[in-house]
Amino acid sequence: MIKARGLTKRFGNVLAVDDLSFDVEPGRVTGFLGPNGSGKSTTMAMIMGLNHPSAGTVTVGGQQYRDLRWPLREVGGLLEARAIHPGRSARTHLWSLAQYNGIAKSRVDEVLEIVGLTAVAKKRVGKFSLGMGQRLGIAAALLGDPAVLILDEPVNGLDPEGIRWMRTLCRSLAAEGRTIFISSHLMAEMALTADQLVVIGQGRLIAEMPVAEFVARSSSQSFRVRVSEPEPLRRAIESAGGVVETESDGSLTVAGVVAVTIGDVALSLGIAVYELTAQASLEDAFMEMTGGSVEYRGAK
Amino acid sequence: MTTTPSTSIIFAKELPAGRAGLRHAIPAEWTKFWSVRSTPWSLFALVVATLGLGALSTNALHGQQFATLDPTRRVLVGFNLGQFAIGVLGVLFISAEYGTGQIRSTLAALPRRPVVLGAKAIVMGGVALVVGEILSFVTFYMGHAILAGTASHVSLSDPGVMRVLIESGIYMSLMGLIGLGIASIIRNSAGSIATFAGLILILTLILGAMPQAIQNAVSRYLPANIGATVFSVITPGRLQGTPVFSSQAGLVILAVYALLLLSAGCFFMIRRDS
Repeated sequence: MIKARGLTKRFGNVLAVDDLSFDVEPGRVTGFLGPNGSGKSTTMAMIMGLNHPSAGTVTVGGQQYRDLRWPLREVGGLLEARAIHPGRSARTHLWSLAQYNGIAKSRVDEVLEIVGLTAVAKKRVGKFSLGMGQRLGIAAALLGDPAVLILDEPVNGLDPEGIRWMRTLCRSLAAEGRTIFISSHLMAEMALTADQLVVIGQGRLIAEMPVAEFVARSSSQSFRVRVSEPEPLRRAIESAGGVVETESDGSLTVAGVVAVTIGDVALSLGIAVYELTAQASLEDAFMEMTGGSVEYRGAK
Repeated sequence: MTTTPSTSIIFAKELPAGRAGLRHAIPAEWTKFWSVRSTPWSLFALVVATLGLGALSTNALHGQQFATLDPTRRVLVGFNLGQFAIGVLGVLFISAEYGTGQIRSTLAALPRRPVVLGAKAIVMGGVALVVGEILSFVTFYMGHAILAGTASHVSLSDPGVMRVLIESGIYMSLMGLIGLGIASIIRNSAGSIATFAGLILILTLILGAMPQAIQNAVSRYLPANIGATVFSVITPGRLQGTPVFSSQAGLVILAVYALLLLSAGCFFMIRRDS
């Protein structure tokens, strides 16, 4: 549904998004994971046609955002910074957006009900708490009952109850066959909400894979092993409870056992070990690659 | 975390024919225009400036024995101040959206920048025209009442009066559009208001310091001087020694300014990130 190809955004000398390609499919929640300042918001703004790519393209349902006939009925967006004039009431804000896309006034009250803002519908948005502002943003995204939702850090400012509500909402919207693309800098939150992950750091793609795979890969240490006779070692390690994959160059990738076990098993079989290298886990790789792009860090 | 459904249901729905356009954007902008406090405040300032200054100025004619040359101009003197209120209203209509981030919601709802700016221009120009026309006639009748029985008595049937009243409303509408056009380029409220004020006041001051030949060539293009001919019953041909356009030609020039500014604003809205 969302297709990015070679997406690049340069602000002066700063390369915010660097040759990013990924796909976001319907019927599941795709998490967009990366630390603050890694280019998530910029990427989402490019999807929604608010920022212009320096290179590359991004389409929604095969079309560029600016070519959508009824933007809000096709794509719902929640943008990170509260993109609302503080002087208007929640209801008037949503009504003006609805008018832009010929959406009925009754739908405004419906979405206010969905996000739980009916009681404060006539209150000035400037008086809203961060969480209420976030809910109003989600209401705006749902206004056109769109097939695609792009939510930038939707749980920001929500209380634990609100976070659970948001998670359930995303899951049920995805179950209806919608495309849900939601960004976060929190791995734990994404692991709970998303099915699929697009992970970026410093504007570059780090991983694009199912959450299950990401979790499995990031929680276990693996080793690259080169030996004189791979097959007998593979069988022996597997019977010792390890997971082994034979790579194309004949080396083995071993997980689920410690290095000592691999060495002992090889010795007992009389197999020569040429290489036994610990491989960085995905989480390590994620932290390493994204560490340099973290904008603000607390004092140690 | 849940497993990915292997055979995904794809959410499908029927979209209406056609596409979101000007006929949707105008009511949306209308809603936005009237739902911020700056609108009633600017209009209140406009009414106070126009009627208040007009009343003061007209009252000053009261004791005079001899008829003033152009009493209508004295009655409408508040428009010179009121044009700033209309300009600010035009500026804020778009600069406040950039200042608050609202523009991102707006452009997400309707990504076609020319349609958004066009709708804003129609709403702003329309409101300013109606308000300007009402105000010019109301102000005139106030002056009429104040001057009744004096040597400077004014009447709607006096030569040139009708023209001045109608054109004053048009002038206000164009000043609102110029404010909108400036802000669509500059985006920042304070910078846009300063630019608008500079266009009317400072440009006139600077030109006043120039050699007569330059003044003769340029001063007729200044909005302030176009305003002076619009508000005047007498068609002077010359203003403080320098040649001026007729009021109609002046309004056409103002309309060209507004159009150029809005076109440039539209160009920048398309080109720049929001």
